Amino acid sequence: MIEVRDLKRSFGTHCVLDGVSFRIDAGEAVVIMGRSGGGKSVLLKHLVGLLSPDAGEVLVDGRNIANLGERQMLEVRSKFGVLFQGAALFDSLTVAENVGFALSRSGKCTPAEVANRVAEMLDMVELPGIQDKKPAELSGGMRKRVGLARAIVHRPAIVLYDEPTTGLDPVVSDSIDQLILRVCEQMKVTSIVVTHDMRSARRIGKRILYLRDRRIYLDAPTEAVFASTDPVVHRFVNGISIPKEITF
Amino acid sequence: MQPVADIGNFALRMVADLGGFALLAGEVLRSLVSVRPSLRDLIYQLYSIGVKSQSVVLITGAFTGMVLCAQAFFQFQKVKMETGTLALVGVSMSSELGPVLTGLMVAGRVGAAMAAELGTMRVTEQVDALRTLATHPVDYLVVPRFLATLIAMPLLTIEAIAVGIGSAYVVGVHFLGIDAAYSWAHMLKYVGKSDIAMGMFKTLCFGMIIALVGCYKGLNCREGAEGVGHATTEAVVTASISILMSNFFLTLALRGLLE
Repeated sequence: MIEVRDLKRSFGTHCVLDGVSFRIDAGEAVVIMGRSGGGKSVLLKHLVGLLSPDAGEVLVDGRNIANLGERQMLEVRSKFGVLFQGAALFDSLTVAENVGFALSRSGKCTPAEVANRVAEMLDMVELPGIQDKKPAELSGGMRKRVGLARAIVHRPAIVLYDEPTTGLDPVVSDSIDQLILRVCEQMKVTSIVVTHDMRSARRIGKRILYLRDRRIYLDAPTEAVFASTDPVVHRFVNGISIPKEITF
Repeated sequence: MQPVADIGNFALRMVADLGGFALLAGEVLRSLVSVRPSLRDLIYQLYSIGVKSQSVVLITGAFTGMVLCAQAFFQFQKVKMETGTLALVGVSMSSELGPVLTGLMVAGRVGAAMAAELGTMRVTEQVDALRTLATHPVDYLVVPRFLATLIAMPLLTIEAIAVGIGSAYVVGVHFLGIDAAYSWAHMLKYVGKSDIAMGMFKTLCFGMIIALVGCYKGLNCREGAEGVGHATTEAVVTASISILMSNFFLTLALRGLLE
């Protein structure tokens, strides 16, 4: 369903991705993990065409989207739902307008249908009855949930999560993990989660891609990664630092 | 060598910005012919850009008309031509000061707001979110602002001209003692249709500049609060300078065409 071939991307003289390749099949739940600033979010943005690679290919359902124009990308993006790190809710709109945005803009649903679907999605993320609130009135966890409702309202085939539990307390993080699992099971979507939260990675992912030194260092089932005896993987999974390697 | 490098970098940035404006203008044009803008967004922007700018534009127009009247009167008085004062105010306000001052005021208020709002949306990933929801940022963010500015600018300019002339009349006739009938007749005689047409054409051009510059700077701002601050400042400065420079060339070009 999604295949990345020899992806390369630099910002100025700083190379972030250098020959990244992997394949994700339909219905898989994959976690991309790596250190902060290691290029995980950049990689995720390439999958949905928010960034264009310097070289390489990104194939979505067999179509290379690497060099598509912005208007051609709109059609491809309707297959995706994205939960951003800070939820990225539109400040000027209410929760209902945020969640129903994609449906309202598509022009294929009546206002009543949009309202019903919004209510259904808010029930799913366990936030019923907050349609009229503004994003500024919501807590961090609520914003993430509303962001997720907005991402899945149009029933996408692929949902991307950019650090869904960052900045949340352990209890709220756990509830977000459960929500991601529920979405994955109920909607049968392909889930790609970028995180460096090991607990989340273990719960959500069936497979882990470990991004290190601008490439995929390891591509293996989740339990194999956590049981790995490779010193690099072992240190990352268990959060063991080597002072000379620390770059903030 | 550093000064040479700085000049080179500045020139490169200018060329890149010009290219960016041209591409944005092209995308706006493409959107206008292919996507129907949301009436609700357009009305909201009209209120935000047009209605909310009225006070600042009216105050500017009024005091500009008054001071222009007083200065013109003091000069004309020396050659016994006081009744030409209102004619001078009328021509100046219609073809130059009305559109330019309205443009500068709207650039300061609306151009800055556009750059700050879109810049904040960019750095908080709201623009990316928009793109992932299969919506082109130009269709949703730029076109309603562009159209609203284009509609609001002529109306604001007409208001500024009318209030400027009205204020000048009050100051000239009631405070400086100019003959009301002669002043009014001279103004009607010397303010031609070409002056009004020139002012309206200019204000449309200034509206395009304000909307495109504000949106371009916002959508291309650098990361963080500092980036948004820079984008806002640059939007006001670039739009203001562009208005003043283009005004000169528009005056030369339109004077030849309209007369």
